[in-house]
Amino acid sequence: MNASFGLGAETLSRSLAAATPLLLGTLGEITAERSGVLNLGVEGMMAAGAVAGFSAAHATGSPWIGLAAAIGAGAALALVHAFFSVTLKANQIVCGIALTMLGLGISGVWGRAFVGTPLACRFQAVLWSRDPVFYLAVVLTAALSWLLFRTRWGVAVRSVGENPLAADAAGLPVDRIRILCTAFGGAMAGMAGGYLSLVYIPSWIEGMTAGRGWIVIGLTIFAGWKPWKAFAGALLFGGIDVSQYLFQDHCSPNFLKMLPYAATLLALLASGRSLHGASAPPAALAVPYRKGER
Amino acid sequence: MTARSTLGALAVGLLLGSFSLGVMGADPLQALSSIFLGSFASAYGFGETVTKAIPLMLAGTGLALAFRGRLWNIGAEGQLLAGAVAATGAALSLKDLLPGFLMVPALFAAGAAGGAAWGLLAGWLKTRFQVNEVIGSLMLNYIAAEAVQYLIYGPWKGATQFGFPYTDNFCAAATLPVIAGTRVHAPTLAVALAAAGGAFWALRRMRFGFEVRALGGNPEAARYAGIDPARTALILMALSGGLAGLAGAGEAAGIHHHLTYPWAVSSGYGYSAIIVAWVAGLNPLLVVPSALFLGGILVGGDAIQTSMGLPASAISLFNGILLLSLMGGEFFARRRPQRSPSPLAGEGRDGGPGHK
Amino acid sequence: MKHLELRGIRKEFGGVPANDGIDLSVRSGEIAALLGENGAGKTTLMNILYGLYRPDAGEILVDGRPAAIRSPKDAIRLGIGMVHQHFLLIGRHTAAENVALGLEGVPFVRPERWAARRMEEFAARYGLRVRPEAPVWLLSAGQQQRLELIKALIRGARLLILDEPTSVLTDAEADELFAVLRRMTAEGMSVIFITHKLEEVMRLSHAITVLRRGRVAGTASTAETTPEALASLMTGLEPVAPAARAQRAPGPEVLRVEGLTVAGDMGVPAVSELAFSVRSGEVLGVAGVSGNGQSELAEALTGLRRPERGSIRISGTEAAGRDCRALRALGVRHVPEERPRFGVVGDMSVAENAVLTRYHEPPFCRRGMLDAAEMRRRAESLIACYGIRPPSPEARAGTLSGGNIQKLILGREADGKPALIVAVHPTYGLDVGATEFVRERLLEKRAEGAAVLLISEDLEEVLRLSDRVAVMFEGRFLDVRENRGLDRRELMLLMGGGQPA
Repeated sequence: MNASFGLGAETLSRSLAAATPLLLGTLGEITAERSGVLNLGVEGMMAAGAVAGFSAAHATGSPWIGLAAAIGAGAALALVHAFFSVTLKANQIVCGIALTMLGLGISGVWGRAFVGTPLACRFQAVLWSRDPVFYLAVVLTAALSWLLFRTRWGVAVRSVGENPLAADAAGLPVDRIRILCTAFGGAMAGMAGGYLSLVYIPSWIEGMTAGRGWIVIGLTIFAGWKPWKAFAGALLFGGIDVSQYLFQDHCSPNFLKMLPYAATLLALLASGRSLHGASAPPAALAVPYRKGER
Repeated sequence: MTARSTLGALAVGLLLGSFSLGVMGADPLQALSSIFLGSFASAYGFGETVTKAIPLMLAGTGLALAFRGRLWNIGAEGQLLAGAVAATGAALSLKDLLPGFLMVPALFAAGAAGGAAWGLLAGWLKTRFQVNEVIGSLMLNYIAAEAVQYLIYGPWKGATQFGFPYTDNFCAAATLPVIAGTRVHAPTLAVALAAAGGAFWALRRMRFGFEVRALGGNPEAARYAGIDPARTALILMALSGGLAGLAGAGEAAGIHHHLTYPWAVSSGYGYSAIIVAWVAGLNPLLVVPSALFLGGILVGGDAIQTSMGLPASAISLFNGILLLSLMGGEFFARRRPQRSPSPLAGEGRDGGPGHK
Repeated sequence: MKHLELRGIRKEFGGVPANDGIDLSVRSGEIAALLGENGAGKTTLMNILYGLYRPDAGEILVDGRPAAIRSPKDAIRLGIGMVHQHFLLIGRHTAAENVALGLEGVPFVRPERWAARRMEEFAARYGLRVRPEAPVWLLSAGQQQRLELIKALIRGARLLILDEPTSVLTDAEADELFAVLRRMTAEGMSVIFITHKLEEVMRLSHAITVLRRGRVAGTASTAETTPEALASLMTGLEPVAPAARAQRAPGPEVLRVEGLTVAGDMGVPAVSELAFSVRSGEVLGVAGVSGNGQSELAEALTGLRRPERGSIRISGTEAAGRDCRALRALGVRHVPEERPRFGVVGDMSVAENAVLTRYHEPPFCRRGMLDAAEMRRRAESLIACYGIRPPSPEARAGTLSGGNIQKLILGREADGKPALIVAVHPTYGLDVGATEFVRERLLEKRAEGAAVLLISEDLEEVLRLSDRVAVMFEGRFLDVRENRGLDRRELMLLMGGGQPA
């Protein structure tokens, strides 16, 4: 009885930990995509954030400085994406792939000095022995949901992603808003990476993002570009991630590891699209806006 | 994009790439020179370059076709693995059933079928359920990698491999001959060159190629011309998946002679092939030199790993910068012909330009 | 007092004047109608006024003071608001969110609530009622237009420009709009009303300016003019060139349409219960203002859009709902509107575009293989017959001028023995020479026995080419008449939804 309760609590705790980076990344991608920018570089930005976070925390002994560095690294890479895809109007798909390669490469090169180094400093648990970043993610979910749907900024961001021409005609700086949202998305991806190397597995392992950046992109669609649904989706996927350990005696670990990816596909299957429905993609997603053209 | 601007962009990319290695603590000039000395200056190095160019050519040709039709297949990696699995299955199950001379064709056929099936799965999800092909094909990459691991640790684990997670080795008839002194598996190279040439020819001369170019060039005009986008997408996914699957068959039968770890079967060829296709300007014929170039960078990457202590991911960094330079180059190539207002834009017709 | 005055406005596009020395003034509290055929320069003028284009010459005075209008922001600051023909609304947002968008002074938190309160004020004051929380895509066209009006008014507009405001409205909605506009002008605001529809001008406006070919053809006070006089001003007094058509007895019926109902993009019927027929050797001209269902009719007839109901018989074979290849096999050819968008693939060669709709048939394709030599030969013969420049089958189609692209499309579609040619705005945007050429080719095909359905906004074209003329309005043909003794004024009246005199 006690043992099974302990197992349940442990599973929940692990699920929440696994869900946190997914949630952070998805919140960021939701913002970028709501403004009309498809950022497929999340995986690279996460990896860069992971190594930046680790190295800064390792150097300063402060996980908070580490987290700030992770955010900065993700945002910096995202600005590169914004420059190419928003300013130069390049193909956002190919550009995102390039950013993923770039980010994975930077993290590998930068991180080689830290391979095998355990992280000495940790976040102090704040509540129910959970790390503060988890609570930050919850707060950010609420904040983003509020910002997107209850404030002037949110109206501006969503307008730019839906109908940049109308937004432009209303006097909004379309490209500037898109660049800012992309940078915010990258910052969140960086924070997600930082969470991996500072909290989830407090060390640096090359390839530790393990496709989470791609799952984030799937989750964004699954969540219908809504923060609270992203929260639910991230919990679900965190649970699926953890269920690997739960069922490892009963099933091949490889099948269990497939679960998050297969679940992403299933989630996309389930989120049937309509042009105007509540969970339709932003109408101008991945379409560069060129002033003065139809 | 003109050849000149492509070459210019590549040069800028190489410079930036080596510079960034410099920032990471390596001597940039030394890095650049050891990349190219390692991959093109010696017979051994060039042999390795060609070896790595083979899967890049096959997968790159497939991606060039898909991208030509505006189909963003990012799943060449998984399709390559699916091809390797199918070829391994054929090699292991047919070894006593098939006469030796039929073995290699059977392997390639199985590889192509495996890759095509994996590609079609993503294509079906797209055309039937509107699952974006980028995400769909990517998720299938991860699933394929796990499936390979399941097989080599589980049901296909070889009895003769001293506990290593490999399948049993292929029989002699199922291993590909190599050019002496190299690891260049000649049959796959021949298939790759034929595929690139064939794809080039198909794009220009076949009805299907016409449809792909029309769809990629102007989807609305293609619809007006009666071209079925869903059917074309499915065929393209099968083709590009099949070509990646051939690459997988070649890696299994030509290099490893068994199925091994997914990251050993394909060291990111499916992703590098995206750059191969882009460098080639989506022209299958130019995929051949482009694959050699990228193959050289991969080999050079191995060289700087050992000589300069850089991790394998240095090459990923390098590739990312290269791809970004190409995109930048494209922008400037697009800019150069002065953008006079289009003849229709300036007619001042009521209800015309200026709004909507 | 003059609210707005334009003096000597001139604007060229590529050396062709779209506005040439236009003077226009609007008094406070006045509804000024701006009338003119397509291409007369109305929208160009209004885009200049709203800061979307810069004039090459001329000056703008607002309230008697010279105004520099470089962007819509300047226009808004000067109290000028514009409601475009195509609404600039965000479909998935609520009405209130659209109002709040980009508006100065809205609170940061819940801007849409603030906007909703302001919307209530306008509802009370002018009768402009839109539910604030309704998503825009669920609103009717009339409601969306009201929303655009509210947006302009909240931004402080005192001079409103309405571009073809009734083209998307039902009669009842139009009546409501007019009531709102009257209430607004009663409070001292001014309105510029761009339209084709003479009946509305007569009902609503105080003063009328008629544009023709970029110049002011005349001005009038509404009380002192007649629709007939206005139609003459719009079309000019020069008579339509005598028909080059040889009179010939039409042959058997090629196209018979019955009860045809076609849905538009928004799901509402764009073509309703249409019935007509076209015979061999006959041109049926469909005149009408764009957006009255012509595009949907053409798409349904050529297999690009599935009709909801009804029958389309081609030479006796039922073809409704078949795809475009099946229709092509029945001899239907399509010269599409928006040529560069639908008619050619710019990145492919002239030779390939010359067979874009036939590449899959012999002799161009056998067993999956294209015959480049046949394609080239085809292109060369088109180049020779149609005088396409540059005379190179290898040239990328995207590099051709509009006229040459149209010659290429027409050559491709008119080739052989077509049963029915559906030509949509076939000379739109072409220079005089190319226009003549295209018209002559269409008449040639008629002489060879093709049935031609000509959809055009150009009345001169319709009258010159057609044996019979239909006027399309709100998805129906108002009237189908023999083209004998028809004149443009009469058609103009019909196109505006009025009754024939």
